[in-house]
Amino acid sequence: MAYNKPLPVPQGESDVYWQKAKQGELWLRNCKSCGNAYFYPRDISPCCFSKDTDWIQASGKATLFTYGIVQRAPHPGFVDDVPFVTAVVELEEGPKMATNIVIEDPTPENLQIGMALEVVFEDITDELALPKFKPV
Amino acid sequence: MTDLRKTVAIVGVDESDEIGKVPDKSNLTHHAEAAYNALEDAGMSMKDVNGLFTAGTSTLNLAEYLGIEPSFTDTTAVGGSSFIIHIAHAMAAINAGYCDVALVTHGEAGRSRRSRPGGDAADPGSQFETPYGFLGAPINYAMAARRYMHEYGEDKTRQAMAEVAVATRKWAQLNPKAYMQDDMSFDDYHNSRWISWPFHLLDCCLVTDAGGAYVITSAERARDAKKKPVWVLGAAESHDHNLISQMPDLTRTVAKNTGPLALERSGVTHDDIDLAMIYDSFTYTVLATLESLGFCGPGEAPDFVANQRTAPGGDFAMNTSGGGLSYTHSGMYGMFLVLEAVRQLRGECGDRQLDDPKLCLINGTGGSLSSTGTTVLAVD
Repeated sequence: MAYNKPLPVPQGESDVYWQKAKQGELWLRNCKSCGNAYFYPRDISPCCFSKDTDWIQASGKATLFTYGIVQRAPHPGFVDDVPFVTAVVELEEGPKMATNIVIEDPTPENLQIGMALEVVFEDITDELALPKFKPV
Repeated sequence: MTDLRKTVAIVGVDESDEIGKVPDKSNLTHHAEAAYNALEDAGMSMKDVNGLFTAGTSTLNLAEYLGIEPSFTDTTAVGGSSFIIHIAHAMAAINAGYCDVALVTHGEAGRSRRSRPGGDAADPGSQFETPYGFLGAPINYAMAARRYMHEYGEDKTRQAMAEVAVATRKWAQLNPKAYMQDDMSFDDYHNSRWISWPFHLLDCCLVTDAGGAYVITSAERARDAKKKPVWVLGAAESHDHNLISQMPDLTRTVAKNTGPLALERSGVTHDDIDLAMIYDSFTYTVLATLESLGFCGPGEAPDFVANQRTAPGGDFAMNTSGGGLSYTHSGMYGMFLVLEAVRQLRGECGDRQLDDPKLCLINGTGGSLSSTGTTVLAVD
């Protein structure tokens, strides 16, 4: 069945992020003024409001910061997915990002806050892949 | 800072003609009906209005529909808290002389017309949250509640969420305008279906069709109003994120700043407050807000609301209208916090009337726990 969830639309300042994701890599913007990585990508850093920024490859390691188990699909594209896990994960480099946890049996017992995760990439179109996370 | 206490007052409030399930009325119909009713309550006419405030639509759209040419407009839209923040903005505008009778309206056919304009595809949320199903407040707020449970204990958080849901329903049963009138037991709460774990259905606000409006004016004009003025003592506003995944601390809203600042500007303390009107988009919102405002410390809200302390007859009066959980919630509920606060301070609340309240603290929350506006209202 065709993928019918909302699609991200890459922008000029995020196209590296989406190109790398399609290659199976997670890349972050990094502020060279303070040395901190940040999420989501933007040309001018939110920490220092500095233009002295570059891209770094993230390790793909993260921990589960919080989550919810969605029982009622919020959009037709998610009807076949419920129950599914929405989550905020804390990347090893520091920033937090929204994602889904890829897990067979999404129950509170199987989802411990602080548990170790690693990035996986789900191909959703010919051009796009979504970074998701699974328990290590 | 300039002392603005009691320089402006709210002199008229009301809902639209029918609220709840009203399938044949548009957003603007609710705006207009509420405006009509609030002006009547104030003993004023639309000709008196020269300041226009709203959120959810532009004042361009609204003023044309209402048939006025305002000399001051404000479309500050930071979610459901906007209508609390409009009080502070009206206070500033009236004191600056930009207008002297401000009309603030809200209307939303939230139940009958569920479609909302889609987000800008270029926005961060469209790229980095919605593809994952971060769609709608229940999903976003549930993740914040889960984090709170992790930090302070799942069982006691769960019980506190149930206490809030049950206590708020008891207030609704005393409000003829409340949408939910059936009894709610603790078992009903715990047995209600899951929406997004850890939220049951009964953790979530209603989705209704409703409008509301209030009229706010200078102290001078307030003295000529039909009813006794409800004074604005002080206010504060802020926001610290937009996307839930970027919230600095999922257990603390920015009410941690706006609460203490609004109280300081008002010259009162927590103990002086007779009624707290706390935006209850979800049961959890109340817990995080009470702590952030400083009514209790971090992690103490479960003890604070225990044993139906916020129910009718309890010693902490809160959300006496029945709240967003059981009275009405059209989508941006903040307006309705103001209506109840004014009515309680005027002594118009019938079976649910508190015993001569003098001070009410209102706290609106908007977005994904993103923005807050805190205001203190008083009567002489």
